[in-house]
Amino acid sequence: MADMYSGLNGATSLTAPAGTGTGQGRIPTVIADHAHVTYRIHRGASPGGGPAASLRRLVKRTSSPNVREIHAVKGVTFTAYRGEAIGLIGTNGSGKSTLLRAIAGLLPVDRGAIYTQGQPSLLGVNAALLKDLSGERNVALGCLAMGMHPDEVQRLTPEIIEFSGINRRGDFASLPMRTYSSGMSARLRFSIAAAKRHDVLLIDEALATGDKPFRKRSQRRVKELRDGAGTVFLVSHQLSSIRETCERTIWLESGVIKMDGPTDQVLPAYEDFVNQ
Amino acid sequence: MAHTTVAGAESGSTQAQLAARYGLGAAGARPSLATYTRTLWSYRHFILAYSTARVTSSFSKTQLGQLWQVLTPLTNAAVYYLIFGLILQQSRGVENFIPYLCTGLFLFSFTSGSALAGTTSITSNLGLIRAMHFPRASLPLAHTFTQLQNALTAMVVLGAIVLISGEPLTLKWLLIVPILALLAVFNAGLTMLLARLGARSTDLKQVMPFVMRAWMYASGVLYSVDLFRAHLPGWAAQILEFNPLLVYIELGRYSLMESAPLASSPVELWLLGVGWALVMGIGGFIFFWRGEKEYGRG
Repeated sequence: MADMYSGLNGATSLTAPAGTGTGQGRIPTVIADHAHVTYRIHRGASPGGGPAASLRRLVKRTSSPNVREIHAVKGVTFTAYRGEAIGLIGTNGSGKSTLLRAIAGLLPVDRGAIYTQGQPSLLGVNAALLKDLSGERNVALGCLAMGMHPDEVQRLTPEIIEFSGINRRGDFASLPMRTYSSGMSARLRFSIAAAKRHDVLLIDEALATGDKPFRKRSQRRVKELRDGAGTVFLVSHQLSSIRETCERTIWLESGVIKMDGPTDQVLPAYEDFVNQ
Repeated sequence: MAHTTVAGAESGSTQAQLAARYGLGAAGARPSLATYTRTLWSYRHFILAYSTARVTSSFSKTQLGQLWQVLTPLTNAAVYYLIFGLILQQSRGVENFIPYLCTGLFLFSFTSGSALAGTTSITSNLGLIRAMHFPRASLPLAHTFTQLQNALTAMVVLGAIVLISGEPLTLKWLLIVPILALLAVFNAGLTMLLARLGARSTDLKQVMPFVMRAWMYASGVLYSVDLFRAHLPGWAAQILEFNPLLVYIELGRYSLMESAPLASSPVELWLLGVGWALVMGIGGFIFFWRGEKEYGRG
């Protein structure tokens, strides 16, 4: 399987939903050009440490084992056009979320480049907000961080809280977020992020949060957003939601594009790979 | 696979050409300084809301709540008065030691609080930075505002202390407003400077408490500034008189106290104060802006 598609690494997909072939006359919204993305993580205390070992590292100028560089995306090239919905699949740790963050401009590109039309928005569930503040204050803060005007924030706050459904069981909106269950805070974060209009929309696993009614509501919302947006990227482990939403799929494995093409061709290949 | 064309090595240039043809911009590119400043201004509501939220949330788990905003400077002053005023008798040469000590201490806490918060303002907010798009300078600036709010409370406490200790209430007290404003600009620059340095090297967080303590001893917070002239060689005392914190603290004492020993004349102090605020404020901002692209990396 790997051999069959290895020639596609770094390939430019010119696949259109209708198979327009050459891609002439279509307007690109996201262009990745041999993009490499690295980020650093700091691990906690590691065994085999101690002051002496740290000093030796310093003298020998080897890098600290506490800091590890993750080369998550290794030379990815593709072009996304207006009106496309693109699914991003791959096993855990294949670099999907990192690629989305790089497209959104939240993580810097090391080598190569990513060009985008306007400012893409990443719709994630992990927007870190202030845990000690009430849900309501967090909604206001999150909206302001997305660049909304205070009047708009005031108008939207009740809608966002209603959408998240956190008030279904008592007045949770006025309680600090640290008292929320993980599902509740994920729902609230998604609702905040989804409150804004977007040109290029990047959705990271967001559809999987919450209970069934919320999933229905959020799927509807994403459809609305997609109708307004030029291009939608969707990361998900639920292949069914990719099949429903996306006509094109990019399969990322260990930071490299393994396959890029129509969803009905990529998904079966991926399923074969996973089930091996 | 029929729809997929394999592009060769030349695809690098064609991708860039395609981007240029349709006017696509590089993702996460650093905006120009003017654009950046404008965007930052449009995010002022976020900066204010975030800093106020941090003031409330920092006390939210204590029983006394925001009373700590008043209690923290009071306790701080009490401890230092006990050691330096009563036990070590450092009050020699200062007529009214309590307001002298408290003015220095409270103004210094404003800077040290901003500096310490600034060092971690990028690293402790990585989640927010990686999730949302906003000018990153909002974070160090919000931390400065948080400290400014604490400092304003501390100034009310200070006013009470100074009055109780027998200093008269004069028109000169109004000078504390421009002094605080200058110090706030200086602190904002310092916070942005340390935010970028702290984002690059996480070890800075461990060093900062010592730096701030050394800075405190060099700023004549705990003892009369006459001691510098008396015990240090001339050139060292000269250099110390340029110390921005010493300048702001002396200005504070000049405004609140009848007769405080000053190391320089008030005119020199005002010039130095304005100069430092401009240099640090603008310099820190430009330095921070230059790193705007890197902050998401961690």
